[in-house]
Amino acid sequence: MKNLEMLNIKNIIIKLILIILFYFISSFMLEQGIIPPHIESNMFFIGINIILAVSLNLINGFTGQFSLGHAGFMALGAYASAAVTSIYGKDFVFGILAAAVITAIAGLIIGIPTLRLKGDYLAIATLGFAEIIKVLLENYEKFGGAAGMSDIPFYTTWPWLYFSVIITIVLISNFIKSYQGRACIAIREDEIAAEAMGVNTTYYKVLAFVIGATFAGIAGALYANRIYYIKPGDFSFMKSIDILVMVVFGGIGSVSGAVVGTLILAVISTALQDAMEYRMLIYAFILAIIMIYRPQGILGKNGFKSIKRRVRKLFKKEEKANASIKG
Amino acid sequence: MEGFVQQLINGVSLGSIYALIALGYTMVYGIINLINFAHGDVYMVGAYVGFYLTTSMGLGFIPSLILSMVVCALLGVVIEKLAYKPIRKSSRIAALTTAIAVSLILEYGMMAWVGAETKTFRSDLLPKTSISLFDGNVILEAKNIYIIAITIILMILLQFIVYKTKVGKSMRAVSQDKEAAELMGINSDRTISFTFAIGSALAGAAGVMVGAYYNSIHPLMGMAPGLKAFIAAVIGGIGIIPGAVFGGFFLGIIETFVSFAGASTYKDAVAFLILIVILIIKPSGLLGKNVKEKV
Repeated sequence: MKNLEMLNIKNIIIKLILIILFYFISSFMLEQGIIPPHIESNMFFIGINIILAVSLNLINGFTGQFSLGHAGFMALGAYASAAVTSIYGKDFVFGILAAAVITAIAGLIIGIPTLRLKGDYLAIATLGFAEIIKVLLENYEKFGGAAGMSDIPFYTTWPWLYFSVIITIVLISNFIKSYQGRACIAIREDEIAAEAMGVNTTYYKVLAFVIGATFAGIAGALYANRIYYIKPGDFSFMKSIDILVMVVFGGIGSVSGAVVGTLILAVISTALQDAMEYRMLIYAFILAIIMIYRPQGILGKNGFKSIKRRVRKLFKKEEKANASIKG
Repeated sequence: MEGFVQQLINGVSLGSIYALIALGYTMVYGIINLINFAHGDVYMVGAYVGFYLTTSMGLGFIPSLILSMVVCALLGVVIEKLAYKPIRKSSRIAALTTAIAVSLILEYGMMAWVGAETKTFRSDLLPKTSISLFDGNVILEAKNIYIIAITIILMILLQFIVYKTKVGKSMRAVSQDKEAAELMGINSDRTISFTFAIGSALAGAAGVMVGAYYNSIHPLMGMAPGLKAFIAAVIGGIGIIPGAVFGGFFLGIIETFVSFAGASTYKDAVAFLILIVILIIKPSGLLGKNVKEKV
């Protein structure tokens, strides 16, 4: 038992060192201008997308509740932070806090009635709420209506983004391993059985939904204070689909899957940047082929573990083959 | 009063388009429990086929309507065989993602093929005559009558196919219980393909009619009506054919009246609000029956 604890501490220390090392390397490279500007801006969007994908994965992948409204929460967060930082001129900390609080409340208000629904119905209801948020923002003249808000102060620097991504990943991975997280996974596996075992299913579903929404709001705040200009059209139904695709592509129900899916999709869409007209077409084909031949996503439910296992199996086979040759 | 009647005419015309698309959604959902997100794009393809038949080939309205329905039916079957058949046993989310991918392929494939710009339909497809009612305050145009009449004819035809033919019987059987239907000797694969064919043909008809009615088409035209038609199907009760018709007309009329009341920027929000309220109060739809979940 003690050995296990030691191993755990060792693991955590190694991870911490890696995180800090990568941070210093990346910020050094950014400061020295080694990374070209277009890759730099891609890095920011990848970071924001990772927060969105990991938080959506908590709702869709771990709790098994099919939400299609993540862009709506992102929009709320983006507008909250934009309003606090540009209209009221407050610090970015308050912008992010406002985004988190408002999206958490919105998640609660939307989650309580809709999470009684199941499967596709829930997907459509959340999609409907996201569209309603978009239409309300389009009609709210104080935030520029459909034309959007501009002159949002630039606050999302690399340290802000980097540590927001790390904190999101750490918090959500730990949440999944906690008592509450296991309750969420139980709901995904079998809601009725979970309820029979004494899990308060409504409570945990709403909890996961609110946590996911909050992180989407934070991602929205980071996005708004990076891009100077936001409009409701940026957060349409297609944005929710984009986030869903990142989750499904990498492997639904695994944090590393969501991260890897986001990275791969970012690479694909950057690589296709020159093929303007065919970009979306090729993207859609890749998506369809992955879904048909590997519906569990590239990494699958177990994330990196499945790859490790497979590699180990491969080596074992080779050993066996070698042994049989010798024998 | 005159305004009310005029809006009612417009609402019923818009509603018939929604109803035709919603029928395809509802039939496919009823039989394989899949939200076919690509359905709105089949409608777009129908509009483009109609456009080329009428402008390049110089065909009339009715022949191009029928040909476009045939093309869309084939397209529906191809989509089902290539994309949806392999994922029938996958999870809901994987199936839905595939449907979204198919939708993107149709949209951007069409864009790469014919260009992203808006195309204009020939304006002499439908007769320009109109009837004045209430001393000329209400105008009932021929194109409204065409759309509503064709929709009603297609619905009667659908009703006949579903309830009076063998193929319709097998469709109903497969949607009730696929395994049991297979045990009774029904070829479920062929039945599912047939369902896609009929649903897509109806969407194709809607596409040509919208092209002739509003005169302009573009590759992303299927997205919004696709979502609206889906809402219509859920409002009426997804999987129920009369429900889709009811939902389509209901949504079309409501939307027209919201625009008429001067809140046209809110009309999408109103549609979704109605959807959410109905889902929360009666998830099986206004015409649906409550089904208890068994453990």
